[in-house]
Amino acid sequence: MTAFGVVAPIVVIAALGLLFARKAVHAALSLAVVMIGLAVLYAANGAPFLFAVQIIVYTGAIMMLFLFVVMLVGVEAGPEAVTEPLPGQRVAAALVGLGFGAMLVVGIGQVVANGFSMPVAAVEDDNVEGLAALMFGPYVLAFQFTAALLVTAVLGAMVLAHQERLTAQPSQAERAAQRIRDFGAEGRHPGNAPTPGVYARHNAVDAPALLPDGTPLESSVPGALVRRGQVIRPPITGPGLGDGTGGGSGPRAEKGSGGGSGGGSGPRAEDDTEPRAEDGTGGGSGPRAEKGAEEESS
Amino acid sequence: MMIWLLVAFPALGAALLLTSGRRSDRHGHLVATAASAASFVWGLVLFFRLLARDSGDRTVTESLFTWISTGQGPGSFHVEMSLVFDPLAALFVLLITGVGTLIHVYSIGYMEHDERRRRFFAFLNLFIAAMLVLVLAGDYLVLFLGWEGVGLASYLLIGFWQHKPSAAAAAKKAFVVNRVGDIGMALAIMLMFKEFGTTEIAAVGDSVAGTAASTITVLGLLLLLGACGKSAQVPLQGWLLDAMEGPTPVSALIHAATMVTAGVYLIVRSNAIFDASETARTAVVVVGLVTLIAGAIIGCAKDDIKKALAGSTMSQIGYMMLAAGLGPAGYAFAIFHLVTHGFFKANMFLGAGSVMHAMDDDVNMRHYGALRTALPVTFATFGLGYLAIIGFPGFSGFFSKDKIIEAALAHNVWVGLAAVAGAGITAFYMTRLVTMTFAGQKRWREEVHPHESPRVMTVPLIVLAAASVLGGLLVLSDWITDWLEPVVGHTEHHHVEILGAEWPPIAVSVLVTAVVAAGVALGWFTYGRKPIASETPERVSVLTRAARADLYGDTINEWVAVRPTVTLARGVAWFDQFGLHRAVTGFVTLIGDGAAAMRTWQNGFVRSYALGVFVGALVLTLGLLAVIWR
Amino acid sequence: MSDLLTLSMILFTIGAVGVLVRRNALIVFMCVELMLNATNLAFVAFAREHGNLDGQLAAFLVMVVAAAEVVVGLAIIIAIHRSRGSVSVDEVRQVRG
Repeated sequence: MTAFGVVAPIVVIAALGLLFARKAVHAALSLAVVMIGLAVLYAANGAPFLFAVQIIVYTGAIMMLFLFVVMLVGVEAGPEAVTEPLPGQRVAAALVGLGFGAMLVVGIGQVVANGFSMPVAAVEDDNVEGLAALMFGPYVLAFQFTAALLVTAVLGAMVLAHQERLTAQPSQAERAAQRIRDFGAEGRHPGNAPTPGVYARHNAVDAPALLPDGTPLESSVPGALVRRGQVIRPPITGPGLGDGTGGGSGPRAEKGSGGGSGGGSGPRAEDDTEPRAEDGTGGGSGPRAEKGAEEESS
Repeated sequence: MMIWLLVAFPALGAALLLTSGRRSDRHGHLVATAASAASFVWGLVLFFRLLARDSGDRTVTESLFTWISTGQGPGSFHVEMSLVFDPLAALFVLLITGVGTLIHVYSIGYMEHDERRRRFFAFLNLFIAAMLVLVLAGDYLVLFLGWEGVGLASYLLIGFWQHKPSAAAAAKKAFVVNRVGDIGMALAIMLMFKEFGTTEIAAVGDSVAGTAASTITVLGLLLLLGACGKSAQVPLQGWLLDAMEGPTPVSALIHAATMVTAGVYLIVRSNAIFDASETARTAVVVVGLVTLIAGAIIGCAKDDIKKALAGSTMSQIGYMMLAAGLGPAGYAFAIFHLVTHGFFKANMFLGAGSVMHAMDDDVNMRHYGALRTALPVTFATFGLGYLAIIGFPGFSGFFSKDKIIEAALAHNVWVGLAAVAGAGITAFYMTRLVTMTFAGQKRWREEVHPHESPRVMTVPLIVLAAASVLGGLLVLSDWITDWLEPVVGHTEHHHVEILGAEWPPIAVSVLVTAVVAAGVALGWFTYGRKPIASETPERVSVLTRAARADLYGDTINEWVAVRPTVTLARGVAWFDQFGLHRAVTGFVTLIGDGAAAMRTWQNGFVRSYALGVFVGALVLTLGLLAVIWR
Repeated sequence: MSDLLTLSMILFTIGAVGVLVRRNALIVFMCVELMLNATNLAFVAFAREHGNLDGQLAAFLVMVVAAAEVVVGLAIIIAIHRSRGSVSVDEVRQVRG
């Protein structure tokens, strides 16, 4: 039971992390810890096959799916309001917790009272073979049902996640023509967006490029970083970020080219929640084209 | 013997007139009269055929078809649409069709200017048919059919001038009061079915012997209730006076001669039941006596000629009831008086109609006076009817009323003396009526120019007057008692004993005649010798005032029946509105409010629902654990 | 034995409270997974106690079902997020009286 003594506190603490983590990604990581802990407990309690399955299926597949969705939805999505909109919900939840605690006492008491014997047989030997015998023996019907369930779930997920294209996908030539038309009509820069600066102290993505007069060009860094205040301030003082005075720097054209590229990829979803800093500042920098992509996908 | 033809003629006439519409407006009255006359002729034929039979073989039963049939054996119910022509029915058939035909003829003149005359004659024919069904019925249920039929005809004819609110109200009143009586009748029939398993009149009569006396008494009282309703006997007398709103021929035919005597017919027809129950007979006597006196008193005070006659009708039917209540001693005399009364009262009603006809439909006797010269034929015929009703020796009423009084005296001295007093009062109010109408000074309104009625109206008067005079012949050598013996049993000869001394019949006659003479004299000196105010005097005695108000019959009805019913109805309505309705709406509101309250639980928050799930799971599991633990 | 059950119960309770308290649909979903894992632990404990493998097989089936459930559940969350721009379970409350 040493494994239990080590693992149990970790598991409980990680589970509590699920309750108190503010960000979904932290909660997911805590849950992964819990699952790995449980896998260890499985291994320690004569269930090596479940240990493997727990690691592979739960921690490896399901948790990664969670993390993937967290990424998809956005790390910042769903920060919970501090105030609880449901009056009494927390108290009720505490009471339910206490109720389950009471059940714990009663249940354990009963188990102890009934006096379970110690393990009557080693279940570790031939664990996989035994499980297989059970699974394809008495439980074969349940096993088949789970297979059907999985197929159904796959179909359901496909149906839920699938999106119909509402318009034909534009060809590359059409996109190029559209870029030039936009330039003519709105002065949107037809070329590539400016690359970030090469101030290679950090990940260069958070260092804006500098214009010839030394002012940093905000459109050269991802908007999310700007919004979070994670952009490196350049050492040279200038008129400031996003001034957009220089005509030479163009907007990020490759983003614009992504305008019709359709649905699935929608990173920087937060961008359309509020206008960007450089919007409408004239010059060569235009609005980011993925706005259009978002609009089309939503 | 084709008894059904009797009914078929007027029924066909009524159907023809009611369905053919305006096309028969011009000759409808002739069709109706012919139907009635045909029925009368056929009735005469049947009567003579019956006369030709042995006295023990004078009951002819004809079953037209099976009306109701429910299975076989005990508990089953069979009603034959059967008609019985026996001596009693024969007399009634002749009275109904004979007087009916005369009144049809009279109505041709009386209703000449009424644009709905065809309809009137259709209703008259309907009445004749229904009344014939009533008297010919061989089964109480068939009798009830006719009973309701005459009720319907009476309702239609009282309210014939439906544009008059008073007529419409009177018709409704008659209908409602008759329904009260009909309840008794219907209950009686149900009781018969329950007790005897049959409602056939003859079978019921045979079954009486083996039945509990209390049942028979209840049956008799229920029948009496029905008779009271139809015959306007106390306490259901209220409708008859109002029924005078109908056209006068209707009053003569239905509310004097025939329909109102149906109650008497019912009791005589049910003689087996009343023979077996002393209590029921006593009740009949009491009802008859009270009505006799009450009707006579009302008749004394009325200035409306028709209402005075209506009071008289009540009173005379009281005599019949009294006689019928005397049991075997009186049945035949009840019928005898019924027949003679049918003659002279129809005669006088038609005479009154003739007077009204002359006086532009004015019914107030205080506006009459000295009409003997203006209306000689009417006066003469009315006078003969008058002599008949007061019992002038030799006239029909003398014989019929004398026989009843004699039987009453033999039964109970006080009952007899009350009947004698009733005869005196009858003489008084009839004298009052005749003197106010035909004697004295002219009190006519200026625009009125009395003229004798046309021949079509006077001829029936003359025929009826003759019948009124000669009706007494029926009693010669006890013909009527012998004739009715197969139906009502042997009429016992009775001996009048007063103060321990036996009075010969002639002494009784002298006594009655003396009392009648006193009544006439009182009437003559009160109304014949003094000028009569042309307006109804207001300063009168309490008795007069009560009599004018129908002895407060309506007031009593108002307080005993109408007010409690209305109060009950209001209470029920109140309960319905504030009890039931509130309860229902309250229940609905409760559910609605409960639903609204519970709806707030459905707040859309998934976490709330999850809370519910968890709490439920918790409670279930803890409960389970608790059970296991135990 | 009772240690494992106690841990299982604690985890289950934490998961239940998390379902009731958290508003991020993803975290709520994770809490559901936590509850499932807690039951799995109980299954394993009982399997060990009884000395047979039926409990482990049940736990295995639970895992399979959980996997299916996660696939569909996450797809639903994504669909909701796509249409409403939010993953808060409090935002989705059309089904109410």
